Amino acid sequence: MQPAGTFNMSYSQDMAIVRTRFQWGAFIGFLIFSFTLPLYAGDYWLGLINIIAITIIAVLGLNILTGYCGQISIGHSAFVAIGAYTAAILADHLGFSAWAALPCSILAASLIGLIFGLPALRVKGFYLAMTTLGGWFIISWLIPHGDNLGIPTGGVYGLAVARPTLGNIVINTETEFFYLIMVFTLVAVFLAKNLTRTRIGRAFVAIRDNDLAAEVLGINLSYHKLLAFFIACAFAGVAGWLKVYYLGYAHMDHYPLMDSIWWLGMLIVGGLGSTMGAIYGTAFLMLLWEGAAVLSPEIGKAFPGVALQIFASSTQILIGLVIALFIVFEPRGINHRWQIFKSYYRLWPFSH
Amino acid sequence: MEEFLRYLTTGISLGLIYGLVALGFVLVYKSSRILNFAVGEFMLIGAYVAWTFRVLLHWPIPACFVMAIIAAIIMGWTIERVAIRPLIGQPILGVIMMTLALMVIIRGVVLLAWGAIGKAYNPPLFPGTAIHLGDIVIRQEYVWGLVVVVIMFIIFTYFFRFSRAGLAMRATSEDHQLARGTGIRVKTVFSQSWIICAIVASIAGVILASSQGVDIRLANVGLVAVAVVLVGGLESVPGAIVAGLIIGVAEQMAKGYIDPWVGGGMETVFAFGIAIISLLIWPYGLFGLRRIERI
Repeated sequence: MQPAGTFNMSYSQDMAIVRTRFQWGAFIGFLIFSFTLPLYAGDYWLGLINIIAITIIAVLGLNILTGYCGQISIGHSAFVAIGAYTAAILADHLGFSAWAALPCSILAASLIGLIFGLPALRVKGFYLAMTTLGGWFIISWLIPHGDNLGIPTGGVYGLAVARPTLGNIVINTETEFFYLIMVFTLVAVFLAKNLTRTRIGRAFVAIRDNDLAAEVLGINLSYHKLLAFFIACAFAGVAGWLKVYYLGYAHMDHYPLMDSIWWLGMLIVGGLGSTMGAIYGTAFLMLLWEGAAVLSPEIGKAFPGVALQIFASSTQILIGLVIALFIVFEPRGINHRWQIFKSYYRLWPFSH
Repeated sequence: MEEFLRYLTTGISLGLIYGLVALGFVLVYKSSRILNFAVGEFMLIGAYVAWTFRVLLHWPIPACFVMAIIAAIIMGWTIERVAIRPLIGQPILGVIMMTLALMVIIRGVVLLAWGAIGKAYNPPLFPGTAIHLGDIVIRQEYVWGLVVVVIMFIIFTYFFRFSRAGLAMRATSEDHQLARGTGIRVKTVFSQSWIICAIVASIAGVILASSQGVDIRLANVGLVAVAVVLVGGLESVPGAIVAGLIIGVAEQMAKGYIDPWVGGGMETVFAFGIAIISLLIWPYGLFGLRRIERI
């Protein structure tokens, strides 16, 4: 729905994401705001935003795979772990710098993702969901036991990595990491948003909606399904690379199975198959998580006998309930609500 | 040889439990085309309820089983009615996500109600003395588990062959529209299949917990059951049992013979490794239906 009085005079205008002067103003304002954020936000908020932004990169990849191409992956955090461990191993044992490790992380994550994407050529739906789950179990076993198999993963102790450097600057504080992560997140959003508007993105949507029909239309199914896995895991590789340098430590406990489940939940809550939805969903659920983690000790004080149990379980129950309620009452997610709201105020006094 | 036999017997008794959980899985899938990832959490509820009545309240053993079954019925019915029925006709990802959300919620509720510390059946549910069968020593819990599982299988075979509800369930799994045409209430069948899944899972949970102790990690068996279903085929009841035995035995063998070489933890990996490889060879499982699709 276009605002009244806005007309498209050319195809490039019709395809533009940022259309009107107001939108350009808001967009540039947002960029300025986000890059000056360390001036007004403390380390607590910056740290929270950093983690959310890293998660957004991983969820954007998952959104391309699951939201656009329809291939369900319940083991995505394993691919993030691959990206993280590749960087950590290269940095620790071969002396790679952070920047030299980045392409290796991306490549390793995508290639491993490709391997676990192979069953997608023969099976789909539930079966694929289960194989990716199996992929998580295999990788999560492989990493702590890697030392016995000749991969120097540091076993159950994990690997520490040095801080990344950019020229003479050592990226160390929350603010410095904020700029690093923000640049990567913006590039990831740009790529994800535009990928879905290309021929490949449209082929993904066709495969999601009906893969047989897509094949009849001349889309190479196996190529595009594997490509979706490749791209999604490349995003996961970047997220893993950022996460390992941000945390300064690689350990399989940072990439639990539950993470991949939460990421699917974030996609559902935000709106499946929309780039903005992935961002809204991630930010919403992670802020909710943080809020619950801050509040649950307070609730625990009210019921001192079971304080520990409340602390351990309240976030899980709350987030699980929110996801379940979204699936039942708004399966198209926050993004859909936001679109409805926008078209409502654009037409406002004349809504018919 | 003695070692081999020990792994074999443990594998078979574990495999039958996996088969039982997978059976619940398959039933729900057959009737409503929904994969229930929360099945491991159903086991958890059964195990904790039985533990509460046995250890805290000292009820007799059969009464504990009955209470676990009652809890399962309430849980299965509520979940189907509240969470699953509104999703009829939704895309599969929504349904998968709902069962994953249920998994998280039930885990949270269990943590809230019983805490995170593992608990043991004390007094034990089954007598703890080992049974000597020639050279092999078997834990008595496994034998009792075996008996209960076999009884369950007999009951289910009878139920699906001769009872009206069982026949209605089989008809529904063939075709929803046709089943409706013959006067079967499809929604009731959905509800029944969830209840049966919950009962089967919680009995499996009680049996497994009696030998391993009640712990939140018990729920991971639900994920192994996923691998079992993958090997056996989503639509096949005998497939669930055969694949349960295959995975159970293979897992114990891997634990016994490969673990010392690689430093432990092979069980789950091996189960999923078998599942993925078998999926590449038989995409629809050993006994699954091969569907011909049309546009």
